[in-house]
Amino acid sequence: MYVAVKGGERAIDNAHAWLAEARRGDVSVPELSVPQIREQMTLAVNRVMAEGSLHDPDLAALAIKQARGDLIEAIFLIRAYRTTLPRFGASEPLDTGAMAVSRRVSATFKDAPGGQVLGPTFDYTHRLIDFSLAAEAQANPQAETAEAPPPPRTPHIAEFLDAEGLLQPEREDAGAGAPPDLTRQPLAFPATRALRLQALARADEGFTLSLAYSTQRGYGRNHPFVGELRVGVVAVEAEIPELGFAVEIGDIELTECETVNQFAGSKTEPPQFTRGYGLTLGHCERKAISMALVDRAMRWQELGEDFAGAPAQDEEFVLSHCDNIQATGFLEHIKLPHYVDFQAELELIRTLRREAAAGPDPVKEAAE
Amino acid sequence: MTAAPGSAPVPVPVPAPGSALEGGFAQPPLDAARAFRALLDALSRPGRINRLPGATPPAPFPEAAGALALALCDGETPVWLAPELRAPDLRAWLTFHCNAALTEDAAEAAFAFGAPAALAEALDAFSIGSPEYPDASATLVVLLPGFEGAPLTLAGPGIDGAATLTLPEAVAALHAPNRALFPQGRDLFLVAGDRVAGLPRTTRITRKEG
Amino acid sequence: MTPQDTEYNFAYLDEQTKRMIRRALLKAVAIPGYQVPFASREMPMPYGWGTGGVQVTAATLTPEDTLKVIDQGADDTTNAVSIRKFFQKVAGISVTEKTAEATVIQTRHRIPERDLEAGQILVYQVPIPEPLRFLEPRETETRKMHALAEYGLMHVKLYEDIARHGHIATAYAYPVLVEGRFVMDPSPIPKFDNPKLSNSPALQLFGAGREQRIHAIPPFTRVVSLDFEDHPFERGGADADCAICAASGVYLDEVIVDDAGGRMFVCSDTDHCRERLEAGHRGPMGAPAEGEAA
Repeated sequence: MYVAVKGGERAIDNAHAWLAEARRGDVSVPELSVPQIREQMTLAVNRVMAEGSLHDPDLAALAIKQARGDLIEAIFLIRAYRTTLPRFGASEPLDTGAMAVSRRVSATFKDAPGGQVLGPTFDYTHRLIDFSLAAEAQANPQAETAEAPPPPRTPHIAEFLDAEGLLQPEREDAGAGAPPDLTRQPLAFPATRALRLQALARADEGFTLSLAYSTQRGYGRNHPFVGELRVGVVAVEAEIPELGFAVEIGDIELTECETVNQFAGSKTEPPQFTRGYGLTLGHCERKAISMALVDRAMRWQELGEDFAGAPAQDEEFVLSHCDNIQATGFLEHIKLPHYVDFQAELELIRTLRREAAAGPDPVKEAAE
Repeated sequence: MTAAPGSAPVPVPVPAPGSALEGGFAQPPLDAARAFRALLDALSRPGRINRLPGATPPAPFPEAAGALALALCDGETPVWLAPELRAPDLRAWLTFHCNAALTEDAAEAAFAFGAPAALAEALDAFSIGSPEYPDASATLVVLLPGFEGAPLTLAGPGIDGAATLTLPEAVAALHAPNRALFPQGRDLFLVAGDRVAGLPRTTRITRKEG
Repeated sequence: MTPQDTEYNFAYLDEQTKRMIRRALLKAVAIPGYQVPFASREMPMPYGWGTGGVQVTAATLTPEDTLKVIDQGADDTTNAVSIRKFFQKVAGISVTEKTAEATVIQTRHRIPERDLEAGQILVYQVPIPEPLRFLEPRETETRKMHALAEYGLMHVKLYEDIARHGHIATAYAYPVLVEGRFVMDPSPIPKFDNPKLSNSPALQLFGAGREQRIHAIPPFTRVVSLDFEDHPFERGGADADCAICAASGVYLDEVIVDDAGGRMFVCSDTDHCRERLEAGHRGPMGAPAEGEAA
């Protein structure tokens, strides 16, 4: 007697219980706390905030814990939560010139006002496993702090080039009007640069990195220099209608990258450097640099360049595929039951094979 | 601010009688769902007349027009009112309950409310959408004293063969351009009292013989 | 009816989002087969798991509705169970496994065998709403093709199939022409179900969450599966009867029963099968099942 598989609900409940057990792991090992993740897995927390589009380190840390360290799963948790939050308004544009920088490097000048600040970087570490970290209860590491207080403003490197007219100014209309909101309007093409940047800011780091890398290897090459990469804390201000002026509502950490790229020019206009821009929540410099390269690649039309057919130049390709929540959902859904469609394919392929075995098809011959 | 999942519904303050704060849905999420279903059913099955209660907007707005506005209009949908409807109390009501973006520019309208004559006057200005986006068109909400006038025969999607709807002649004229415009065009909701009927752009309207 | 969890707004989505989806649904009904863009939200289930269908259902449900959810024709497949549970929790609505009792049916990959009735709403989960997508990946291009009703590419593809295989080699998500104007993807239902799309008394709504599109087929709308005069559309389907309820002319799942290549065919529509069993129909494997209620 054949009995169809039943009990889906119980199977789901049991799977969830098992998941909780697997999440906890060996109970003889102390459980991770959310503050531990927030403080000691900061770059994971930052990535989850950046791609989750929500600046909340505690929530991101909790999502990482819940997701067993699967960052895309954690980003998904944050996104699903974010979309339910009421919106009280939009902040004033952030002033990254007033950033309290913890890291600021320029590849285009040996030194510049504000200085080069290496900050907490892996850049010059030797990638040797540090076995001393395996020991617990180490002495608390402490770095020396500068004696002089940080300057209130750190000018952007781009400003020096701007002053000389060497760098193409950002278009004046770029800041005009309210920017579009990718999470509230369906994506439509052609996209504005504001919309492209918005999509890239929450785009998958790996996808953005690979696209940026492809431009460096010649698929839409645009000769980038990192004019400046800065990481630090910026005040967020919002105008309160009842007060009629903007007040500071909090601080967030950001990573900003401005690239200086190959010059454009024509018979009527002298050549100028062009730029790419990257900005992320939290300290995510690989992502911010990648974003700037891809931004620049997608600006080919506006800058009068040729479309070389490179993936990174193709805004429809990039924007349609850069979101890892969309991508992973659609990719992973193929593990859901598809037996009804597969059955339809089975019947069709059996028919085709039966007919092929029976001899040449007169229709096929007629068609050829 | 709309209620979001994760937050309990906020109790609505009891409004002073006669103010613009009165006359909204008693239970907004539930009443809006019911109102939408009445509208969806009306547009899916032209010829049917559904009840659309639950709102008490200021005169001369019929109850059904108020419920339609509460269910569908908000800050994202420019709302055009026929000149005879531009009274301060109705405008205040739509602004308070729907956060509706009122406009006097017919070309901007996502929803246009008016009697047949007023809508006919501005008809050419109401958007029919574009060939790529025929959905970006205005929806006309036609205020009627009742479902009276000439019996019209309806055919097309949503209709099993033919349906009959009795309407003032002027309504057919509002719908007439649709046949040549499809897939662009303007969809109509007809409201009278607490009742609503739908005429999507696909409906073919002929005067009933005899 | 279960009490609604008051931590959530009715049917989970906020009112602003529901209005946006409702407006899109009305446009979809007014332009049968045309894909209306909508600002799909991130849902608490993954894209690909039916977020489009879930959003359409959430915007459509009233407290009085009775909801049925099927996946592959079955009410007890895990994702159907999960979605049904979601709506019980966030909307407190009644649920059923009986097609006849449901006012709203959310489905993935099937149309119920039982004829739907006027007033019922069938909500499809749609992965890729664009029938031309696999012929032209660019949205900017396919949108133009729809605007111009330029469907030559689709006909060329179908004709190439015939030239190569002697048949149109599409077994599911078989493209249809709606009311003589828009070519539409009916979602990945087997082409066996295509005839049921046409002239149905029920309203059919299609939601694609990741792709941010909604489309619809109003009741009594002409839906034609694309074909050629000399190669008319064939419905297909297994040449067998259900081993449990002996139904013929229904869509059947093939089940492998042993290691020796033995197989049997059973109804894909589990409610239809149950109904026939209750009416006394029996196939060779159709003894009254124990634990049926488990």
